[in-house]
Order: sequence, then C-alpha cells, then structure tokens
Amino acid sequence: MKELKILSPSGIVGYGFPEDSFWAGVALKPDLIACDAGSTDPGPYYLGSGVPFTNATAVKRDLKLMLKAACQLNIPLVIGSMGSSGTDVQMARELATIREIAKEENLSFKMAVVSSEFEKQTLVEALQDGKIEKLGPAPMPTEADILESTHIVAQMGIEPIIKALDDGAQVVICGRCYDPAAFAAPAIRLGYDKALSLHLGKILECAAICATPGSASDCIMGYLGEDYFCVEPVSPERKCTPTSVSAHTLYEKSNPYILPGPGGHLDLSDCVFTADSDRRVRVTGSRFVPEAVPSVKLEGAKEAGCRTLSICGNRDPIFISQLDDILENVKKRTADNLSADFDYRLDFIVYGKNGVMGALEPQTEVTSHEVGIVIDVVAPTQEHANAVCAVARSTMLHYGYPGRIATAGNLAFPFSPSDIKVGPVYVFSVYALLRTEHPETLFTPVYEEVGK
Amino acid sequence: MILKDVANVIRSKNAGPYELTLDVILKDGEMFDKIKTAGIINSDMIAKLYKIPVEDVLSIVYFPNALAIKATIVRPLASGNMGERDVYGAQQHAPLVNYEFEV
Repeated sequence: MKELKILSPSGIVGYGFPEDSFWAGVALKPDLIACDAGSTDPGPYYLGSGVPFTNATAVKRDLKLMLKAACQLNIPLVIGSMGSSGTDVQMARELATIREIAKEENLSFKMAVVSSEFEKQTLVEALQDGKIEKLGPAPMPTEADILESTHIVAQMGIEPIIKALDDGAQVVICGRCYDPAAFAAPAIRLGYDKALSLHLGKILECAAICATPGSASDCIMGYLGEDYFCVEPVSPERKCTPTSVSAHTLYEKSNPYILPGPGGHLDLSDCVFTADSDRRVRVTGSRFVPEAVPSVKLEGAKEAGCRTLSICGNRDPIFISQLDDILENVKKRTADNLSADFDYRLDFIVYGKNGVMGALEPQTEVTSHEVGIVIDVVAPTQEHANAVCAVARSTMLHYGYPGRIATAGNLAFPFSPSDIKVGPVYVFSVYALLRTEHPETLFTPVYEEVGK
Repeated sequence: MILKDVANVIRSKNAGPYELTLDVILKDGEMFDKIKTAGIINSDMIAKLYKIPVEDVLSIVYFPNALAIKATIVRPLASGNMGERDVYGAQQHAPLVNYEFEV
C-alpha cells in the first residue's frame, strides 16, 4: 500500500501559516490538502449570530494559497467547519470568497458544498421520537430550546466527504464537521485503516500544535501507511517528538484514551508513539470502536438579550475594604430606580478579586491596591440594557459608603463614552446527540463547477 | 513539594462548552510514578481546590505516554452563558500551580 501524504497548513482557515512552510509542504507532493475552519471555543455568539469569528481578509489569503496548490497538484482540498460554526450564512461568505479567488487566479474545479444546518421542525420530530440524547453535563434540550435557536448544526462524519469525492469533486467545503473527518475521509475512501486515518486527522487538524515548539499557524505533514502513520512538521524550526505528539492527545479532550466522534469512538489505550527520526514520530495501535446505532453531535445557540457594559476602576483603600457590601447596595439601589417590570441581569466582574475565576476562585481576600470593575448588563432590548447600565454606573459613581472621604466620585473611567453597547448576546441552547441509523442521509453534497 | 517545580505544563481549557479540563505534564517519569502511586491528584483534591462537589469531577486520568495527569470537571456555566468569566477556559489552572504535596 502506497504511503498517503496529507498536508495540513493551519489549525483554522484564517489563522494563517508561513508561505515558505506551505510551499515546502506542497513540494513534498501531498495527495491531499485538508484544513479545519471551526470551533465552539470562542463561545456561542458565532453560531447564534451567523457571524464568522475569522477575519474575511485572512480567510481569503489562506484559501487562495490552498486552492492554488490543490489545482497545481490536481489533488483534493477538503475544508471542515467552514465559516467558524458551519452555519449556512457563514458558509455563504466563504463560498463567495472561493468563487472570487477562482476568478482572480483563473482556477477551475468541481466543488461540493455540504450543509450541516437543520430545519428546526426535523429536530422537534426527532426529539418526540426519542432520537435526541443528553450529552455529558449539557442539559437535555427541550422543544422550546430547539424552536428558540437561531441556528442548529450537526457535526458530519466521513460519509458526505466520501460521497463528494466519489462524485468527482476536487474541492469539498463542509459545514460543521467532526474535526478529523476532513483529513480521514479521503484516506478511508482509498482503503486506509479507519482508526489510523481518524487518529491522524485528530492530530493534523491542529496543524503544528503537536510539534515543539507548537503552533496552530504552521504546516504539518501526515504520512499514512497500512498499519502506522507518521507526523512531521514542514518548518525546520520545529520537530515532533513522541512526547510532543502524545501530549497533544490531551489537548481540549476530557479523556486522552477515548475520543468519541460520529459513529463510534477512537480507543488510543494501546497506541505506541516512537521516534522515526529526530523530528518525525510514528504511531501504531489506534483502534476504532463503532456504535451500535450511529450518532452525530448537535450544536445550537439562541439569543438571550442585548448587552451593555461599562469598564471602570477604583484605587481607594476604604472603598476596596467594603467592596462586597458596596456592590450589593448598588444592585439594590439600581433595582429601586427602575420600575418593577424591568427585566434584566446586572453583574459586576471585579478584577483584583475574582474577575478571572468567579465561583471557582479559591482566594477570598482582596490583596490588590486597585480593582477593575466591569458593569455587565443583559436585558431583553438594547435600550433596556443601556438604561440599566446607566443607572448602575451613576449609582456606583456617587454611592456614599460608610467612612467615604473621596467625595468627588468612586470610579475611574478609561473611556468616554463610558458605556459600550455590545448588541445581541447568544447562549448555547442545544448540545446533544442525534441518534440515526443512516447518518449519510443527513448531509447531502451539492455540486458546482467553479471558474468554468 | 510544589507542583509547579515538578511540572513542565499546568493548564486549563474547555473540552467542549460544558466541560473544563486541567492538564499537568510532569518533567520526569520518576516523579510521575511517585505522584501516580501516591494518588496525589484525585477527585477529592480537585473538588476541594475548586470548591465544587466531588460529583462534578468527571474523570482523573494518568497518561504515562506523555507523563501527564488530566482532571476534567463540569464547567460552572456553559461557555458564554450569563456570568461567564473565561470563555476559552484557559485561565482556570492557577489553584494547581502552587499546590503543595508530599511523596
């Protein structure tokens, strides 16, 4: 079996990569370029709003290089979770960019686009049929959670990518996608071992993070054989060691041995990581354990109001010594100043006290000479949030606490205007499994001849 | 002994929007074995350090390949929910840094 070579340029499309590394990787004649483009890590806003978290100019730069190289070598390019969360509206921005690049660079290719977004009614029916299951500590979604969501996507596995390649697509652009699938699907289609392909994909999707020094913005090569795979960074400034590669298995996972995904889980308990050279690592022993009935992960977000915030500081030892009481009283006074039917959530984030860790902060005493305070208001409308923030801010500014001697004002504002109108706020509303006998029917590639 | 003196990496990160995972990667295998044998990092220790019920400590895994110990806890809030302090969960490791123990 020929060794399959896979180039992973970057951890996220739009995070960039050095051009030298990229073209050095292309010179190694890869059989596939694949890249991940999404994550839930930046929080629910991007999924809920449909706004990508990556910058359009940076995405265009990365896509241009990848498309040019794929056309030059006549190899497939597969992108997973396009547009950050894989919603249709985010995909649309990136697809327009791809068409623009093809025109500017005179490239032509057959492109498959695989949507991952769901009609809410389909999921309500799935919920009623008992096909939606609770996932870890996330709450079981209700019918209301589904109906109130602005976007719900599911993580596709390898099936739609294999279908797209079978149908002759060279460029495959996926909505929300299990991160390793973009790398593994083309290999599995060619007959390579499923467990090794997925495990290799799991490492490659973070680009050179598994190297030392690690980076999500530099290229890495994967080499897949019949009963092993190897990883090696392209840049001579980095190397892979058995420790750096096995340590990467820990990253952002709850258990480094058992990695669940669509259709089953990877079991890495018996994996062996050995040095093939001083910068290339060989991995063997990965196993895949299929589920009796396959499942895919659902992710949804809904709007939770609008936010207004104000950033300020205090440098008064008397104020700081009474901080908790003052904040409590400011909350009460703010409520008194607003009519009873005013619905809002007022929170003070106090840097210097527990601003970073909140409820998890073990240190109870404030030892800092100054504190930073973020007045955070979320209310059903922007106007309401603005009003509550204004009242809370002015109340705290002039609040007369016992022993106060700095009578001109309690707060230092770094900015004018002091209040920042943030706009809509989103929260995760659906994070669950959808059980299905036929995952291949959930995602359908749509084809397009680009540049012809 | 203090954990930061024997570790190369002490970090925290989201494992999805509902879980927070803590990684300690040790400098040498001898210390890893000692900590593992003595069970220094365990569910009760993590629960106490983070002031959470022990049921919220989802798993403790010792991973000899990487000389690593991983503890995963339930996030106090879903990532980005009202009251969030650390969307990525990348600054929740501090209580482990100066953790004192004896082996």
